[in-house]
Amino acid sequence: MSALFSQNPLMNGPNYSFSDTPVSHPNEAHGELREHRFNPYTDNGGSTLAIAGADFAIVAGDTRLTSGYSIHTRYSPKVFKIGGTTADQKDATIVLSVVGFAADGTALRERLDAACKMYRYRHGKPMSVNAAAKRLSTMLYQKRFFPYYVYAILAGLDEEGKGAVYSYDPVGSYEREMCRAGGAAASLIMPFLDNQVNFKNQHIPGSGEGHAIQEREKKPLLREQVEILVKDAFDGAVERHIEVGDGLQMMVITSQGVEEHYLPLKKD
Amino acid sequence: MPGFDFSNYNRNAALHARGVPLPKATSTGTTIVGCIFDGGVVIAADTRATSGPIVADKNCEKLHYIAPQIWCAGAGTAADTEFTTSLISSQLELHSLSTDRKPRVVTCMTMLKQHLFRYQGHIGAYLVVAGVDPTGTHLFTVHAHGSTDKLPYVTMGSGSLAAMSVFETQWKGSLTEQDAVNLCSEAIQAGIFNDLGSGSNVDVAIITKDKTTLKRNHIKPNERSKKLKSYAFERGTTAVLKEKIITKKELGRFVDIEEVEPEGEKMDVDT
Amino acid sequence: MVGKDCVAIACDLRLGLQALTVSNNFPKIFQYGDVLLGLTGLATDVATVSDLFRYKVNMYRLREERNIAPSTFANLVSSSLYERRFGPYFVSPVVAGLDQKTGKPFICGFDSIGCIDFAKDFIVSGTATEQLFGMCESLWEPDMVRLDLDFRTLFPPGIFFYMMILLKNGQLNHDVECSTIMHIICTSDLNFTNASYQSTFATGFDEFFANNLNLLDDLQCPEDLFETISQALLNAVDRDALSGWGAHVYIIEKDKVTKRLLKGRQD
Repeated sequence: MSALFSQNPLMNGPNYSFSDTPVSHPNEAHGELREHRFNPYTDNGGSTLAIAGADFAIVAGDTRLTSGYSIHTRYSPKVFKIGGTTADQKDATIVLSVVGFAADGTALRERLDAACKMYRYRHGKPMSVNAAAKRLSTMLYQKRFFPYYVYAILAGLDEEGKGAVYSYDPVGSYEREMCRAGGAAASLIMPFLDNQVNFKNQHIPGSGEGHAIQEREKKPLLREQVEILVKDAFDGAVERHIEVGDGLQMMVITSQGVEEHYLPLKKD
Repeated sequence: MPGFDFSNYNRNAALHARGVPLPKATSTGTTIVGCIFDGGVVIAADTRATSGPIVADKNCEKLHYIAPQIWCAGAGTAADTEFTTSLISSQLELHSLSTDRKPRVVTCMTMLKQHLFRYQGHIGAYLVVAGVDPTGTHLFTVHAHGSTDKLPYVTMGSGSLAAMSVFETQWKGSLTEQDAVNLCSEAIQAGIFNDLGSGSNVDVAIITKDKTTLKRNHIKPNERSKKLKSYAFERGTTAVLKEKIITKKELGRFVDIEEVEPEGEKMDVDT
Repeated sequence: MVGKDCVAIACDLRLGLQALTVSNNFPKIFQYGDVLLGLTGLATDVATVSDLFRYKVNMYRLREERNIAPSTFANLVSSSLYERRFGPYFVSPVVAGLDQKTGKPFICGFDSIGCIDFAKDFIVSGTATEQLFGMCESLWEPDMVRLDLDFRTLFPPGIFFYMMILLKNGQLNHDVECSTIMHIICTSDLNFTNASYQSTFATGFDEFFANNLNLLDDLQCPEDLFETISQALLNAVDRDALSGWGAHVYIIEKDKVTKRLLKGRQD
């Protein structure tokens, strides 16, 4: 169906009329040349998710890397520890997740990691998460007209020890949030998080009739509850999105450091 | 063929030209395969139907009935495979009644290719036709433009390369029924796991001289894991502004009763 | 969405022209006797197609002197849409109803050219398709095996009934952690703290509640189905700029249809 119609290019006639009915290849019909250009971007699929708690933050991502209908690898992490003193990031306190174009994601991670390390050497202390968040925004905006094609989410603990999640668009606009899903299945996961993390559209039963009913009050979730939500959110996304699957990588940031978990997901 | 109704065609083309997005058709990204063995033929398919990157149906049926001993596996536009096979099935049934003979696979294949060629590939049906008739065991592929192939083992759909790699490494002449079923299942699973357009379960149909066996969900390698928590809501969580209960008794049995209200906020409920 | 001996169908109420909202009271669900049809897509086609099927169903009823069955209606929709294979109506319909004889729930969906998607759980359609898939896939649960006797034998009857009472009284929420329930039971005035019970708790108690908490409340009965479908729809349309403005929910049971208007965001 779509193949049949997609041959019809967009017409720019001034009015709404049946004379707009397109011919199959108008460019060729008019003797114009069709341009073939190098496309520097690929969408490598996958999905990420971050939730901030009272004294922790959880960042998760699937580990599938795709292009088109093929799976390039079943284990390509999207969630990275940033700004540790060593290459193995043992003492890192900030976590970055990147989804979209994998090559740009890797490049961005390297750059932010280097920036965090430079900060540590210059100032003799690790970078705070809000400083790293601002730095990442700057880095993305520096490439305003040839952007890193990634949806980044940065998470850590803020100066008061509360969980902090910062989400970005590809050109560096960012915001601190309670929860955020990014990537291919973001639209599947995000409404679920609204409902289960922020209790959107939920009310207190019997607290009033019609418009008078009271909204269910928000309370921060426990770590176990969040871990369950993350797993169930990804299980749902894997069922319905072809680019999400294989494995679930989860990083839990607490005052003790960063714990990493890996859970298998469906592989079809 | 009663023919299609094109009366919306110009309107839709004009609408599309004005930037109205076209509705996405369900397509079966699909891996379908077929393989001849000694005494019959096996066809198999995965069960995922997609619409863009979204899985529209996790357990659809891609093995279509044509005649008792002729079955068809379909890839491409889901509606086209469904309706093309049922159309040919009907025509073949009438043909077999008027000739008083069992339908033949070549007849089916020829009818399919003539139908598809007439529509110049616009009917997006990619089919594997298999069956046993008085002239023997047959296996064909039919492409949307009307071309056909006759081979001992065939694959089609987006997962055809993954599936064919299994056939090319493991296929040998004179297979037993069980070997053929296993080989086809392996090929489909290669598609399920390595092609994003294919997924979920394996359906298999085995056609021999005597009978046809359809094994729906022959292998289920992708069962959903259990939810860690129940997401049932407490009753009364959703805010309701109005409620109306219509009992069956109130419904007219054969006539629509339409209450015409003059004005006001009454909810409009049919019948 | 399918529940236990019931089905639900719901729609939002927005009619829009791209980003401009034209109407906030445009229901997309139509009732033809026992069958309900939901239509999303181009508004002009929603109107045309709903009238076309009203005509076809009425003709069927006059000819056959009975109501059309949901599965028959599904095939009617499918063939009517495929007739316009090369000039389709821009709609993606959803059909819901109960089988007239067996009372079994029936739902199915279609693409714009009539390919039927038979599902045993839920069907979604429209601009918020992705969001609805995410919600339904996470919230929907099958009408699982009912509470059977071997659980009663697993625990002393006293504990079992006490938990039933707590759940029925609403003193326990569904999302209360299993450990919380255990805590309540262990600290209640009933004498559950002796050692033999403790060991019973340790084996299988948490697992049972993790898997079967919902059973105690007869999940997916019409009321529960209503909550689940409503929450799925409301949260999905809130993440779609082109849907929203309140919702209609129909719960179809054997002998009645309940229609509710939901409170939703008006932006």
